[in-house]
Amino acid sequence: MSKFEPILTEYIKDEDCHTLSFYKNTGGYTALKKVLDKNPDNVIEEVKSSNLRGRGGAGFSAGVKWSFIPKDTTKPKYLINNADESEPGTFKDRLLINKAPHQMLEGMIIASYAINCNTAFIYIRGEFYKEYQLLKETLAEAYQAKLLGEGILGSNYNLDIVLHRGAGAYICGEETGLIESLEGKRGWPRLKPPFPAIEGYLRCPTIVNNVETLSCIPHIINRGAEWFKSIGPEKGPGPRLFCVSGRVNNPGVFEEAMGIPLEDLIFKRAGGIPDGKKLKAVFPGGSSSAILTADEAMDVIMDFEDLVAKKSMLGSAGVIVMDETVDMVQACLNIARFYAHESCGQCTPCREGTVWLVKILTRMVNGEGKDSDIDMLLEITDNIGGLIDFSKESFGKTICPFGEAVAWPVRSFIEKFESEFRSYIQEEKVLA
Amino acid sequence: MHLAQSQEGYIPTGAINAIAELVDCHPAIVMDCVSFYTMFFTKPQGRHKIQVCQTLSCSVNGADALVDHVTNKFSIKPGETTEDKKFSLFKVECLGSCGTAPVVQINNDYHEGLSKERFDELLENLE
Repeated sequence: MSKFEPILTEYIKDEDCHTLSFYKNTGGYTALKKVLDKNPDNVIEEVKSSNLRGRGGAGFSAGVKWSFIPKDTTKPKYLINNADESEPGTFKDRLLINKAPHQMLEGMIIASYAINCNTAFIYIRGEFYKEYQLLKETLAEAYQAKLLGEGILGSNYNLDIVLHRGAGAYICGEETGLIESLEGKRGWPRLKPPFPAIEGYLRCPTIVNNVETLSCIPHIINRGAEWFKSIGPEKGPGPRLFCVSGRVNNPGVFEEAMGIPLEDLIFKRAGGIPDGKKLKAVFPGGSSSAILTADEAMDVIMDFEDLVAKKSMLGSAGVIVMDETVDMVQACLNIARFYAHESCGQCTPCREGTVWLVKILTRMVNGEGKDSDIDMLLEITDNIGGLIDFSKESFGKTICPFGEAVAWPVRSFIEKFESEFRSYIQEEKVLA
Repeated sequence: MHLAQSQEGYIPTGAINAIAELVDCHPAIVMDCVSFYTMFFTKPQGRHKIQVCQTLSCSVNGADALVDHVTNKFSIKPGETTEDKKFSLFKVECLGSCGTAPVVQINNDYHEGLSKERFDELLENLE
């Protein structure tokens, strides 16, 4: 395989890379020009055949999602760019917004054209204030250059983009929670079906795509679906921004082809672990993925299928590295606390269960754990996230996937490092 | 709501009523929304909101020490405000900047890869 050259982040080292003039000088908006002469259905077909899968976490095919938009409806259609990046361990969308906002915007305009929508939204997380200000400028530049508004680039296609700031709620990264929030309500996810492509924003057909997914679109149009498919595994190809953080020497965002070995990411790109310490465990795809032990991590490639086979997931590709200095019970408590704080409170198993996980883990850490606590923790994870059986795809006891997102990692901590959990309980016994 | 909060650093009852009138709904519905989001406050806060990320990547890179540092320096625990109303301290969940941990957001600005010394400097330069 030839050496991979960055595609989405090719120009991020240039000082002016966020400006319209820079983007145009490096081939920006040529894909949009091409698309405006095409039938929207052909654009959907092209993206579908590229096998581009969503970069937000669920990994659903972007082209297939677009094709769910009904053709015969008289309702307006909407596109929402999900820039509510909040998955612990994930910080790639912020980079793309800061360094290549026009690439993302071009992707948005093309996607909007493909699904025949005239109003699109960018939902950016509230904490990203600097990025919000930058996007305001980006949109103003685009309107002035007739890339947005009426008659885009002299065609008869019209599109307006509305920038909306979130206000600090992890659950608004879930697409139906996001839609509720955008409608001005608390971000409580909706039951699916109906899926947003049928009934989304204001009960109209809506597509929600992640920043990175949209940023891939101009490149697919320019270089073709076959080219895209040739990068990495065929079922889930393309460039991917991998975020590596935690206990590594050189944390950061690394653009690589899908399918890179996790070992290379941690030890080559992120420079390995500080002070010669040993690797202990890794979150491969954000904190909602099941953790991998060091041995498992050395034997996995960053691909949708391979990680599912290892009973974890690629998720948002946020790799969090834990070395031997990290206490697994404390780390598990940290993650459980995150979910307890972010549970939206709509479904009882999740609202109550996450709080109980934190209570039990806290008492373990404080040396007050009981023998029955480990079984109780496992029972609670089952109650929140269901009995996980990947072969039957039987999971889900809550309206949205948040339930599984708590259950999987917590369960994996306990199952893979049970002796550490036991030692907390036994230590207390010895002391007593 | 962001606009309302930007005036006084929190959303007072008067603002909630005004928003309700503006969008033609009951104030309870506005309150329902305000109370859901962690960035909105219904009580007065310090002039500067110090928000220390405490999620895993920051936590394993020294975030807890930064919280303790503020607690020792100003005698406020997370969730509290100094008597002179200058600082409020918060432990917050993932700020989405894990590659530059530990991260502290002071008001609207991110401060990344923060050392204690640099943190002190920042705090001392705030009016």
